[in-house]
Amino acid sequence: MQNLPGAHHQFYKCILLIIFTFGLSIDSVNAASDPETKSEELNVGELIFEHVLDAHDWHILTWQGHHISVPLPVILYSPQKGLDIFMSSKFHHGHDSYQGYKLEEGHIVSEDGSEFYDLSITKTVAAIIISIILLCWIFIAAAKSFTTNRGKAPSGIQSVIEPLVIFVRDDIAKPSIGKDYVRYMPFLLTVFFFIWINNMLGLIPIFPGGANVTGNIAITMVLAVFTFVITTINTNKGYWVHIFNTPGVPWWLKFPVPLMPIIEIFGVFSKPFVLMLRLFANITAGHMIILVFVSMIFIFGSMNVWAGYGTSVVSMLFSAALTLLEILVAFLQAYVFTLLSAIYFGMAKVEDHH
Amino acid sequence: MELVTPDIGLIFWMTLSFLIVLAILKKFAWKPILQGLKDREDSIKESLSSAEKAREEMAKLKSDNEKLLAEARLERDKIIKEALATASSLKEEAKEDASKISGKMIEDARNVITSEKQAALAEMKQEVARLSLEIAEKLMRTNLSDDQSQRALVDRFINEVKVN
Repeated sequence: MQNLPGAHHQFYKCILLIIFTFGLSIDSVNAASDPETKSEELNVGELIFEHVLDAHDWHILTWQGHHISVPLPVILYSPQKGLDIFMSSKFHHGHDSYQGYKLEEGHIVSEDGSEFYDLSITKTVAAIIISIILLCWIFIAAAKSFTTNRGKAPSGIQSVIEPLVIFVRDDIAKPSIGKDYVRYMPFLLTVFFFIWINNMLGLIPIFPGGANVTGNIAITMVLAVFTFVITTINTNKGYWVHIFNTPGVPWWLKFPVPLMPIIEIFGVFSKPFVLMLRLFANITAGHMIILVFVSMIFIFGSMNVWAGYGTSVVSMLFSAALTLLEILVAFLQAYVFTLLSAIYFGMAKVEDHH
Repeated sequence: MELVTPDIGLIFWMTLSFLIVLAILKKFAWKPILQGLKDREDSIKESLSSAEKAREEMAKLKSDNEKLLAEARLERDKIIKEALATASSLKEEAKEDASKISGKMIEDARNVITSEKQAALAEMKQEVARLSLEIAEKLMRTNLSDDQSQRALVDRFINEVKVN
């Protein structure tokens, strides 16, 4: 317990460091002369997609025409022009171009149309970095208590972490993989806690939360590819026999038209694909629904101020209820992703019981 | 459509950062945590098994005690039985001896009585004879001159009298 306040202190220092390095950028935009801001007020679809999608700066709020956001580093590599690194605040929210690049609807494009790679630290990447710092801080602290509390009852953060680690080990890894589960534990634990913490951070509406990390298809794709690669690396002969010469089916399903092998190979790729889509769709849908309920206040408010006030009560109740549901979903999706990964790892080691 | 188009930069950073976090957590978190959990579970298992062993030992001790107790009880019963048997045999013997002795005493007494009776009878016979003689003498002092022939007569009379 006694190292917790210190750790807290470190954590706040960490966040302050992030804010100070990136710096809060406050841009003055004349709301009256800017047609963009006027239309944004009513375009709920655009607003929602803006929140769900990735961005080059971490928008916090717009106050009387001023965009308050955390600018993020832009890293661009073009074979002709080389590497360009600068802060996204140079674009002034798409009003200016910089070094031959400009921001168009959240995407960087080169003014001369030349080919380049965008490796920027976007909002999602920054959120990943924050989540990684959190993960390392929590679990290294817990690991420290495990070493100092050897042979004693758990204490502090260890008491929170321990049942979860045991849950992943005894309810996910052991029953799905079997006796060889130990080698998969680091990946399963990392995936579980990475997804969970990012799901939870995504539910916090303001910086450093609110980024839609696990609802981004690129993120879920990388996670699913990890599962796929680990599954494929750790296969045994039985797995491939099961694919190319599926036991227990009539021979005419395999020859002359290899129907079963085609279906099985399709299954090999559809499994990680579904894994990718499920997490992405669940988290994005959750974010969207909450945003829709919040936006309803402004839709009704634009018709009539009192309708807006009236809707706000109902909307807040609904979005609070949905946030509670999303807290459950945050855990559930982390669990489902980890469980299915573990099941695929277990299936890659088919035992000859046919 | 943008929603389902993975961004190359994001894929790059995600892969890199996930590998980094996996490596860091594997080395500094999962290894000590899983090891700590395993150690604790092992020690709990060990304590439980040693407790079980102690319990078994206790049960064994208890059964040993019971066995000892049962043996002691058996021994006690045996001793009591033996003592009872000895006592009863002693009693029998004493009884026998007593009856033997008393029988002998009775026999002796009877013998003594018989002999005493015989002696008494003989003496009585003599005394009777003497008394009779005296009486006869007193009665017939004068009539009888020849004492010797008279006495023989009296003796014959006395012998004819059956004394019982």
